[in-house]
Amino acid sequence: MRYKIDPDSDRVFIEEFRRNPVGNHSPGLMRVLNTLRYDPSGRQIVLFCRKPFAEWQIGEMPADRREPLVFEDSPIFTNRDEAEWEIFRRRWRAATGEDINLPLKSPENA
Amino acid sequence: MLKIVGYPDRYSVAPGEKIAFHISLEEGEAYEARLVRVLNGDSNPNGPGLDLPHLPSEVDGHYPGSVKRADAGSFMLVEGFPPLAAYAAFSFRAVVWPTLTARYSQVVAAHWDAERGAGFKLTASEGRLSLAIGDGMGSVVEESLDARMLDRKWYVISFAVDLVVGRFHLSQQALQADAGVFDSGYREGALNAVLGVTTGSLTFAGASMADGTVGEHFNGKIDGPALFEGFHDAVSLAAADVAALSPMLAATALGAWDFSDGIRTIRVTDRSPLRRTGVLVNLPARGMRGPHWTGTHHSWQTAPAEYGAVHFHEDDLYDAGWPADITWSVPEDARSGAYALHLRCGENTHDAMRETYIPFFIRPPRAATARKNRPKLAFLAPTASYMAYANHGEHITVRGVERMMGRLLHFGHQDVYLYDHPELGHSLYDKHADGSGICYSSRVRPNINCAPRYHSWLGGDGSSLYQYNADTHLFGWLAHHGVDYDVITDEDLHHEGYELLKDYRVVMTGSHPEYHSTQMWDAMKAWLDRGGRLMYMGGNGWYWRIAFHDDLPGVIEVRRAEDGIRSWEADPGEYYHSFNGEYGGLWRRCGRPPNMMAGIGFVAQGFNVSSYYRRAPDAENPRVSFIFDGVPDEIIGDFGLIGGGAAGIELDCINRLLGSPPNILRLASSEGHGALMLLVNEEFTATQPNLGGDQNERVRADLTFAETPSGGAIFATGSIAWIGSLPSHGYENNVSRITLNTLRRFLEEQPFG
Repeated sequence: MRYKIDPDSDRVFIEEFRRNPVGNHSPGLMRVLNTLRYDPSGRQIVLFCRKPFAEWQIGEMPADRREPLVFEDSPIFTNRDEAEWEIFRRRWRAATGEDINLPLKSPENA
Repeated sequence: MLKIVGYPDRYSVAPGEKIAFHISLEEGEAYEARLVRVLNGDSNPNGPGLDLPHLPSEVDGHYPGSVKRADAGSFMLVEGFPPLAAYAAFSFRAVVWPTLTARYSQVVAAHWDAERGAGFKLTASEGRLSLAIGDGMGSVVEESLDARMLDRKWYVISFAVDLVVGRFHLSQQALQADAGVFDSGYREGALNAVLGVTTGSLTFAGASMADGTVGEHFNGKIDGPALFEGFHDAVSLAAADVAALSPMLAATALGAWDFSDGIRTIRVTDRSPLRRTGVLVNLPARGMRGPHWTGTHHSWQTAPAEYGAVHFHEDDLYDAGWPADITWSVPEDARSGAYALHLRCGENTHDAMRETYIPFFIRPPRAATARKNRPKLAFLAPTASYMAYANHGEHITVRGVERMMGRLLHFGHQDVYLYDHPELGHSLYDKHADGSGICYSSRVRPNINCAPRYHSWLGGDGSSLYQYNADTHLFGWLAHHGVDYDVITDEDLHHEGYELLKDYRVVMTGSHPEYHSTQMWDAMKAWLDRGGRLMYMGGNGWYWRIAFHDDLPGVIEVRRAEDGIRSWEADPGEYYHSFNGEYGGLWRRCGRPPNMMAGIGFVAQGFNVSSYYRRAPDAENPRVSFIFDGVPDEIIGDFGLIGGGAAGIELDCINRLLGSPPNILRLASSEGHGALMLLVNEEFTATQPNLGGDQNERVRADLTFAETPSGGAIFATGSIAWIGSLPSHGYENNVSRITLNTLRRFLEEQPFG
């Protein structure tokens, strides 16, 4: 049986991701991410880099390639990790119904 | 998104030769072109920055452009097939194995004039067989079966029409019955149709379209198609063997095509007395199991009759076939190196990339006698690997890749273009639309992800470079240190063998020299055995065995056989190359593990972040004091543009049992890898719970050195990310120093050992 996110016991991993969205993660966070990153619809969130190393947009790839990619006009991210954090929060909400009202743990607000 | 694309007619060109470029302009009417030298294709602001100096030439200028499209989809054609309207009656048979029955209008066989609607078409739509007869005057009569064929089941199909008497039969018979499944069907009856005269080609797995392309491709295998004069019954047609026609059928045959003959070629033998040879277009897969495969034989060479099938795909593509727009005559004194044609059709904006780089290499002169006073260093450009990864689209077609990458899937403008243009064909990592693996990949089509400025979804956090653009970090490093070198390519090595290598003292590889033909392997080993000094600058090298085609330039084949990291699996019995008959798959499974060549071999892969090496006791061995001259550091490569460290992406380590030489020195090993750096599956026989680098002690890269018996030597980094650390800190760092120390000693004449 596939793991189901438990907001009470898994909440501790939010902070780990918030500090370091891309990098080596604990087994517990890996389990959370492997779960959140599965979409049974066949659709796939992607990160469109519209200006190299400067600007990113969230996009969605449909299940059927004959359908077009769809991009969100906003927000435009100027930091890749901000986009990772945004998607993490969306997926967390989809999995648990809970909002995470916290900013990414950047060096400025660490 | 990407507004201009193109491809060269070759990846390697010699002084005095010509190279042509084929270009599609997606927006506007003109573009600007110029040649550049490629020294760094990485636009990461944390690195040295793009370094693509202009090479003034007669190419410089503005050119008119237009949109070009590739006509993907494989098929067989028999040119100049005589009009079937000359016969009162004719019949057709074949055995088919459909693989994408969900599609409409997949033509199995046709002699069809689309403009006039004349001739016949035998089509499968959602698995239902349908025969259309057109008179060319606007009337098309169609007869269909109700029963649906199922994916990946064999059916013998046939039809016969008598246009004078006015009757037909249409049949599909499953070769295996399944309880409760009604997938066989037969209809016969009156036919009130007129067959219009067609003078075009007879086609299988596609039909000529009114716009001049070939479309409505069939996805699946076809075995033993044959046409006969006369109205033959379905039982006789089902029993027909194209390789041994009965006297009655032979006397009436208009063509009986035997796919089991000439498997290395694109020609198809007509076993009928009329000898109407067919041609396969866009490289459908040959050497494929037919309905008669017994499992006793696994090579098409030992039992060709069991390999009478060709697997056609709607997305096969060999040659995009665009006209040449720019041709450059390479000057006789051109310097060997990495170059690109830079094309611009406007300013880059957030919603459009209006420039592209089409890379190529200038090699040393082709004639050995003209190769005087060459540098002693050659960079072996891994063009076979660049081809293998051409238009790599797993981020588009495979779900779950985000988990492997450990971050959101990166899409640049080029990836969006690739998404929108599957007709450009895929890589050896992708699957066809029908789910079967792609076993051929060519360079005579745009190779979107093989270019300066391409940042890959696959290439490690940071610069995210993989293959070609990752290798440009090495070009920049060589330029920074003023190293003189030649560039030779895999394709050159395949064709010219040891003779191409013999005058070089040192060969440096790229970051990921993964694909090698037997000719390439033999040439490199022969050179090493005769004193060559190999600097293996990457990871997961000499992994897959490939074949080049005898006749078609610029195309390779792989069979994802019984082991290894595989994004698809060849079916049992289909492990042998169709191009040359060799057993395909991992070199390790052919008795030649990478350790025999490079001293180390593939052990782990992970694509998010990289790690560092820790100095090992062998680093103090006097045999390698030259390598560590000025490098007292315990930690090596804890920096870099590919994942932030020198040890990452794909790692190799020492394994004596796989052929690492007994005298090999382990100079340093990587550590600190995370859960996504995973042990590769050929390294275990039973699944383990601790495959990740955070829990598995075997996951590591070994930095190694070994002398060879003939005075040569091997230096191996064991990591794809190593090259990505060379540019850090203005090229002054311990990875750069170790590499430069090694290169300088390797270039000296004094033998090792």
